Amino acid sequence: MRTITYAQAINEAMSEEMRKDENIVFMGEDIGVYGGAFGVSRGMFEEFGDDRVKDTPISELVITGCAAGAAMTGLRPIVEIMFSDFITLAMEQLANQAAKNRFQFGGQAAVPMVLRTPGGSGTGAAEQHSQSLEAWVCHVPGLKVVIPSTPYDAKGLLKASMLDNNPVVFIEQKLLYRSKGEVPEVEDDYIIPLGKADIKREGKDVTIVTYGRMVQRSLEVAEKFASEGVDIEVIDVRTLVPLDKECLIESAKKTGKVLVVHEACQTGGYGGELASTIVDSDAFFYLDAPVKRLGGLDVPIPYNPNLEALVVPTEEKITAAVRELL
Amino acid sequence: MGLPKETHEELYTKMVQCREFEEKAAKLFIQGKVHGTAHFCIGEEATGIGVSSALEVEDYILQTHRGHNQGIGKNMDINRMMAEFLGKETGYCKGKGGCMHIADFSVGSLGANGVVGGGLPIATGAAFSQKYKKSDNITVCYFGDGASNEGAFHESLNLAAAWKLPVLFVCTNNLYGMSTSVKKSMAISDISVRASGYGMKGIALDGNDVVNIYEETKKAKKYVQKNGPMLMVLNTYRWMGHSKSDAQLYRSKEEVNEWKEKCPIKRHREFLIESGMFTAEQIKAIDKSAKQDIENAVAYAEASPEPKIEDIFDDVYAD
Ligand SMILES: Cc1ncc(C[n+]2csc(CCOP(=O)(O)OP(=O)(O)O)c2C)c(N)n1
Ligand SMILES: [Mg+2]
Repeated sequence: MRTITYAQAINEAMSEEMRKDENIVFMGEDIGVYGGAFGVSRGMFEEFGDDRVKDTPISELVITGCAAGAAMTGLRPIVEIMFSDFITLAMEQLANQAAKNRFQFGGQAAVPMVLRTPGGSGTGAAEQHSQSLEAWVCHVPGLKVVIPSTPYDAKGLLKASMLDNNPVVFIEQKLLYRSKGEVPEVEDDYIIPLGKADIKREGKDVTIVTYGRMVQRSLEVAEKFASEGVDIEVIDVRTLVPLDKECLIESAKKTGKVLVVHEACQTGGYGGELASTIVDSDAFFYLDAPVKRLGGLDVPIPYNPNLEALVVPTEEKITAAVRELL
Repeated sequence: MGLPKETHEELYTKMVQCREFEEKAAKLFIQGKVHGTAHFCIGEEATGIGVSSALEVEDYILQTHRGHNQGIGKNMDINRMMAEFLGKETGYCKGKGGCMHIADFSVGSLGANGVVGGGLPIATGAAFSQKYKKSDNITVCYFGDGASNEGAFHESLNLAAAWKLPVLFVCTNNLYGMSTSVKKSMAISDISVRASGYGMKGIALDGNDVVNIYEETKKAKKYVQKNGPMLMVLNTYRWMGHSKSDAQLYRSKEEVNEWKEKCPIKRHREFLIESGMFTAEQIKAIDKSAKQDIENAVAYAEASPEPKIEDIFDDVYAD
């Protein structure tokens, strides 16, 4: 094992797969010599050149559609959208074209592409550069949706996404780019199959179902409760679509108490889906309390740092929500 | 000089097939045999047939919602087109796409689009693949005058030009986007001038002259292979309403009739007979056989099974 950052893990996943498969091309705004807005692709332009690492015009719609068209004709493109907020500009090509072209053409097309994009608040970038829009894409059949929380998961899940024959929206977490974690040596290639949740901490009293940046925060809360003798299980969903329903249901049956946590606005958030996955199943009969949701406040992400920090689930809010379940 | 006789026959036959296909389809609507909608290109046959027929199998096309001519030009199977129109399992999209999403990857059609301008970005990607793989083939992207006002048009032409992608952008200017005249939707009358904003060559052609369109497409393909993208505007007219229900309050009968005089099929037929290439009897025989092709297609489609609900999840995801 080695310790690398989340950003390096993503870079390694792309670079290693690009060395193996010439059909992988990478396009996005300022991903070349600049290395991407968050420095994720540093060194890739130098290694793979202008043919395979393409700086694009600032045109999110056509970048996404270009990737979809290239995917339908034999390539395996990766697209970087500089901020996940800008999938709003790419949405037509993503939701109406990439996601549907296999189904609507009777199975004639495959669209093996990955759209990578950083989501989340915490950088002071305010309303238009801080959103968590995963629910928008989870609602479109034909897309897969992945949000990794550690360098290990980021590398393994990105490789699986690149090897998948469907359009995958891979939402990275801005605030995790510099976070470090253990990953296997470069020689020890690995993938993490899509559709498998990960129990990041085993516990028997309460289940927290979460993903992305909120995984670490939930783990910290869990450690604090441990000293009180409350044993919290933390499930990192990792792949929102397809969802590992089994894992959630089994954990709910075990603990009987479930809290769903995510940074995205609560109303219409994916947490509703996670909660009802449990409530809709036979785990319902094992529950000792209503399944609780804790999402971000239903407001745009504000600029002021104190406000920004308070509109998403904080340790205090997660702690309070757990207490309500006990 | 001049096209070989077989090419003339091919172009003429396809135009008549397309006309028969759509007239038949319109009848099926009236008889209540079709659920959904369709957009007919009657009067515009020369555009898609002239262009698509000039391509090779390996050249890609992106079709529009009004693209039966574009598909027939690319040698799509009329039986499967009709089956898709009737929503049958044997249709090109297994009955799940309908006319607006017809596609045949085996002949290079990467699909029609229900989103105005939706095919433009995809075309850049298909052409990107061709360039990346150092193929000599090109991608033809069909779209309408209305689509040229979409943001996708700007982003796609700009990207294609910046990256010198082998795309021939073909704009079918039928003077209306649904009810809205180009006079109201843009401040120019020659859409081909838009090309210059991208450092691209743009030409405008008579969209009812199938022979000229065919020849110009051959030339354009060579140009695109060598220089990158080009915009070709085909000026024509849609005779029918926009789609199934359209009272056509936005245009006069006189205007429609004027354009009917310029029928691309009649024009080609007269040329073929007057030039002595075909006799009137030979032409009649072609017309008859095209009609029969469509009757056969309807019989095929009607005899085909309905898609099954058990298969509904097929093709949402690839394995
Ligand atoms: C993005 C989008 N907006 C609106 C529509 C509804 N619509 C379908 S066809 C059409 C007119 C398109 O005009 P044009 O591009 O000129 O093509 P034409 O129908 O004339 O062949 C409209 C408005 C649509 N399908 N997609
Ligand atoms: Mg039009």
